[in-house]
This record gives sequence, structure tokens and C-alpha cells, in this order.
Amino acid sequence: MSFYLHGVHLPHRKKTSDMEPVRMSAPQKIVLPMSMHIGAPAVPCVKAGDHVDIGTLVGSQSGYVSSPIYSSVSGTVKKIDDILLSSGKPCPAVIVESDGLMTFDQNIAPPEMNGYEDLIAAVKASGVVGLGGAGFPTHVKLDVKDISKIQELIINGAECEPYITSDTRTMIDKAHEIENAISIFEKFLGVKKTIIGIEENKKKAIAKMREIAQRNPRVEVKVLPGVYPQGGEKVLVYHTTGKVIPAGKLPLDVGCIVCNCTTMAAISNFIKTGIPLVNKCVTVDGSAVKEPKNVIVPIGTPISDVFEFCGGFSEEPQKVLYGGPMMGISVPDTSLPVLKNTNALLAFGEKEAKRPQSTQCIHCGLCVSHCPVSLSPVGIAKAYKSGNAEALAKLRVDICMECGCCSYVCPAKRPLVETNKMSKTLLREYMDAQKAKEGAK
Amino acid sequence: MSKLRISVSPHIHSPITTQRIMLDVIIALIPTLIAGTVIFGLRALAVVAVCVAFSVLSEFIFNKICKKELTINDLSAVVTGLLLGLGLPANVPLWQAAVGAVFAIVVVKCLFGGIGQNFANPAITGRVFMIITFGSLANAAYPTVVDTASGATPLVTLSEGGSVEITDLILGLRGGAIGETCTIALIIGGIYLVARKVIVPHTPVTFIATVFILSFAVTLDAYTALCYTLSGGLFISAIFMATDYSTTPLTKWGKVIFGVGAGALTVLIRFWGVYPEGISFAILLMNILSPYIDKWTAKKPFGGVAK
Ligand code: SF4
Ligand code: SF4
Repeated sequence: MSFYLHGVHLPHRKKTSDMEPVRMSAPQKIVLPMSMHIGAPAVPCVKAGDHVDIGTLVGSQSGYVSSPIYSSVSGTVKKIDDILLSSGKPCPAVIVESDGLMTFDQNIAPPEMNGYEDLIAAVKASGVVGLGGAGFPTHVKLDVKDISKIQELIINGAECEPYITSDTRTMIDKAHEIENAISIFEKFLGVKKTIIGIEENKKKAIAKMREIAQRNPRVEVKVLPGVYPQGGEKVLVYHTTGKVIPAGKLPLDVGCIVCNCTTMAAISNFIKTGIPLVNKCVTVDGSAVKEPKNVIVPIGTPISDVFEFCGGFSEEPQKVLYGGPMMGISVPDTSLPVLKNTNALLAFGEKEAKRPQSTQCIHCGLCVSHCPVSLSPVGIAKAYKSGNAEALAKLRVDICMECGCCSYVCPAKRPLVETNKMSKTLLREYMDAQKAKEGAK
Repeated sequence: MSKLRISVSPHIHSPITTQRIMLDVIIALIPTLIAGTVIFGLRALAVVAVCVAFSVLSEFIFNKICKKELTINDLSAVVTGLLLGLGLPANVPLWQAAVGAVFAIVVVKCLFGGIGQNFANPAITGRVFMIITFGSLANAAYPTVVDTASGATPLVTLSEGGSVEITDLILGLRGGAIGETCTIALIIGGIYLVARKVIVPHTPVTFIATVFILSFAVTLDAYTALCYTLSGGLFISAIFMATDYSTTPLTKWGKVIFGVGAGALTVLIRFWGVYPEGISFAILLMNILSPYIDKWTAKKPFGGVAK
């Protein structure tokens, strides 16, 4: 059976795609929240007054689904304090005052690589998480136990959100790292086939990745349509392999491992040099930014420093985002730091920041015809309003990837993604209650 | 720094708004309005103007009385007024037109919760209300105002075994409601709406095709079948009424079912019903079925079968 996966044509606004990333100078201080990934927060393993260097462990992994955190500057630990994340949740953070020297930790050394276990350990130690935005610890994803299950490695080079070009730059500037990571995966994970998915509008990146495919016959470059979204795992797996991931299942259930291209490059870098994930290439753009740029930022740098590095603001920003305009998260204030999975920082002035007023649904069906996974947002909204969790289960709100297409196209500007999020919570609570009831029987 | 705004993604929205869509429908109806005025005279324009004015006014007053948000800016009341007016004959008493408009807006639209909430098409229901209430309109709805020759509408002529000129039907030189006769103007409007992606052609095409095919099956004559297709209010209904968002199915297959169903009912009523024209009733019936059609044709979520 074949599907046509819908989506929307968005304005690209990727004016930074030809701008080679520039390295930012050492920030005065960095703030490292212990939760920059999905899973258990890391546990601070330094105390105020300790000296740290670039690559010194400051937060150790706690539990299996977690990730270690390293200092991205050299200097002194000032304090360990709770900060409020953009979600509004408090989280302990290690705050380091930089000495401006940017010296590396003495103990940094490339890991020894002899087999599958070493790869998993290395990825774990590198602190790499899903850098496309998801922030899921990569070593958990790669820890497949039975490597014969892996049929394809899919590299996500679909950077479908407007503005963002940091992955595109990785593919152009760090093609050799991606190539190296592919051979590492081939060697230790038994990957026999790699497909790199890139949207048609990234000509330079496609050319670079095709060079890899020329040298390595097990690599294939798949050009994806320029329709948003391509980067969602389900959509990407379908467009690269034709396989449909059943609802509630993972790519591995259809034999695929999906890795973002920047994640791949970071893994390669760690295995080569032993330097863990401490820097991040971030696209800085938006109508309120004076000089849009791609910037290599030490993780933990306050957002305000990064904007300042880009010439400051051309107008008073009204909205600042982690990530792109379709799925990005609005931040309450710019003292928050750049995180591991931050791929863009966007700042908008009054005009763009204003949310259009939402009016009554006109039943036009645009949200239905544009949903990439064929859901009915208008139906979900109706079911949510009447508190009908059973209907929500039937409508499969659980597979909504919150891509934003429905809200984007809605002529009445209904807050459909918001409703979907609340519907998911309602459904989860209902399911839990249901399970509890069954358990009680 | 002033406080930053916090909101749930997405942070950009398409430039298409409800107002823009309604404006497109209004634009699409302009050729028809001009044609109607040329064919039936200035009186036609007056009828449409009264309908539009009373539609907007009654929605405004309803909003005010119920202390609801003002909704006339979305222009949907203008569209309802236009469609009601264009569906009336040019010689209808103006006060009746005004009553029809108030009924369409207040009873059919606003009392059901306003735009998007009503299950029946306001313009059509308003017209049916007028046919029933002002009995005379049942005949007057299909008079000859400025016709070339005969005194009967083509549908009446056809049902009595007479014949009509195709060119007259296409240009609209025939008896009927203000906006239903000029096929060419209606098709131009339809093409505009499809090009602007306001509607998809599924419903109009299946609706019109079904009427043609079934008329042919009954009459066994292609020319007569074509005359039937071009007569009455088929084109205005198929292009503008059967594509109304609130009262028709959401999915493409749903739209096809709607079109075929409305077409079949139209032919049924035309050939065997008491009224020479059955489109209004056909569409109203399908309006009622629409929520069920939506249920039957709901898309299967990608990768997830509904449990
Ligand atoms: S329902 Fe979910 S998956 Fe579908 S368009 Fe909306 S946000 Fe995207
Ligand atoms: S796109 Fe908006 S107005 Fe249209 S059906 Fe969906 S929720 Fe309603």
C-alpha cells in the first residue's frame, strides 16, 4: 500500500545556509542544566570552587536513559543552583565562571574501540543525545542488543523547519565526520546499508553527501520532497525505505535506526579525539536579529550572549525560540542557556511574535487534508471539548507528532497543536486509570 | 527587556484566514452578480443588496444582543446574503427577501452557534423557508423576467416536452433565479475558487456529472439531458452551495459521495417530485447526512489502525 504523506509548503527563510559557522569567543559564564535530554537528569559531580576544563565531567549520568554533561569552558564552578527551564520546571544547574583560557581537560583521550560494547560505551561517554532537537540519549537508541535486527541506518539530513541551517552546515562542513561515523557504525553495528535523507532544496549538502556515496557503495542519498515535515521519524523512514512504522512502535521494529546528521558527526568527533559534546552549531536568525549567523557556541552559554555576538537586536524582541518556528519552544527569558539539542535561536519582533486571533472553526477540513499522519485535528478538538477519551483513543491523538501543520494551515487560527497536547495528557490519564481498574479486578 | 511572549508551537501561521476565504467566495460571485443584473435588470441588484444588508445586520444585532464577539468581520454573512439573493427571482418582494435573510442568519446560522456550527446551509434553508412561508414564491421562484421568448422556465418547458436553446442556457438568457442562469459566469467563479484552493472540484464535478448521466438514463437523449443539466439551479448549487464547509463532508471521498448523492436526489425530485426543481431539498438532505458521511470516510491514521 502506498501513501501520500501530506504536509505544508513553508517559506524557507534559510538565508544562513551559505554562512559558514563562526566560533564564538569564551562566554563569561556558562549554565549547565542537568536535564538537557529525555530521561533522568544527570547528577552534579563537582562542587563550588572546583576547577574545571573543557571536557571535564560536571554531571554524571544517572540511570540507563540519561546522559553525562561536560563543561564547555575552563574556569571555576561558582555554584550549583536550581534554574527554571523553558518548560517552567526547576532543574539543578552547574554554573561555571570562565577564566577565558579555554584549556582542555588533561584526561581527554580517544576511547578504545574493539567492539559493539565499546561503541555503546563511547557514545554514552560522549554525552551525545539526539541533536536534531529530540534530545533522546543516543546510546540507548544504538543499544539494540541484537544487531542483526538492523537493516538500515537512516541519517536525518532533513532540516525542514524554516530558518534553521545548522544541520545543513554540518553536512557541508563536516562531511568527513559523517563519513567516518558511517564506517564506525558499519564496523561495530553491522550496518550494511545507510540512507541519507535530505530535502531537495539543500543542493550543496546533497552534493557533499553524494561524494560519500561515491566512495562507499553501501551509502545511498535519498532526495526528499521540499514539503514540511520530512524530519519526523515516521515520515523519514517512510520516504527513505517505504516502510510504515506502526503506531506506538519504534523505527527499530521495522529494522531501522534513525540518527540525525549532526549527532553522527559528534559521535565521530568523540571517537577520534575523545572530546565530548561541548559545542553546538546554532543558527541565529529571526526578524529581530541584527546579523543572522551560524555560530559555534559552547553549550551552556546564555542565549543573550549569543544574540549579542550576532550584533544584538535590531528591534525589541517579543518572542525568542529554541528551535524553529513550527516546533520550537518559546523561552521566557534570555538568561537561559544554549542546550545540547539547541539547533537554532530565533528572535522575533512585534509583528511576527503576535499570535493571530483565533476564531470559530469553519469546518474547512484543511487541518485534516494537511496532517502528515492523516489525523483529524478538528475531530480531536471536538472530542477533547466533550472530554471523550475513548474517542481520542480512536482518533489516535497519541501518534500526533506535534509538527504544527494543522495549526499552521487553519484559517480560523485554532490552537490545534495545543489542543492535541492536552488531549494526549487526557488520553494518558484515562489509559492509566483504565489500567489501574483492570489491575484492581 | 520587556517580557517575552510564551506560546505553544507553531509560531508562524499561513496567511489564509477565514476572512480571506470568504472574500474569495465573494470575488467568485461577482461575475454571476454582474450577469444577473444584466439579464434581470437593476431590480435584481436591489434584491441581492437587501439580502446582504439584512444578513449582515441581523448577525450584527444577534451578536450584540447575545453579547457575543462580533463576527461580521469574517464576511461569512455577506456570502450568505449573496447566495440567498442570487437564489431568488428578481421580482420577489423586497420585504420577503429581507425576512428570508434574517431567517437564514438568525435561525439557521446563529442559533446553531454561528459559522462552522450549523448543519444546514443557511442560504438554501432561507430560500426553502420562503417557498414554504410565502407560498406564491414556489412559482415565483422560477419566473421569466427578461426572457427571450417563452413564459416558462426551461425546467418547466422541458418537463412539458418542449425544447430549449443550449446557447440561451449557457449565457443565462432564461427564466430563473438571479444568479442561477448564467452558467458561464458561475463556471468562471468556480474555476477561480479551485485555483485559489478555496474549494476542491470533487463535489461540483461529481454533482453535475451525476445529474447529466442520470438525466440521460431517464430521457435517453443527450441533448435533453444536457438541457436538464444546464437548467434550474444546478451550477450555482453545485459550485457554491454544495461546497459550503460547515454543511458538507471534510474528506475527499466524502465530498464525492455528497456530490453523487445530491445529484441523484436532484434527478429523483426533478422527474418524480412535486416541484420542478429539487436541488434545494437534495442538498438539505445531504447536509443532514454529512456528519455520517464524514464518519464513514474518515482517513486511517498513518501507521495506526483505529482500535
Ligand atoms: S495533528 Fe499532529 S501530526 Fe497532524 S498536523 Fe497536527 S500536529 Fe502535525
Ligand atoms: S483547519 Fe481550522 S477551521 Fe478548518 S476544519 Fe480544521 S480546525 Fe476547523
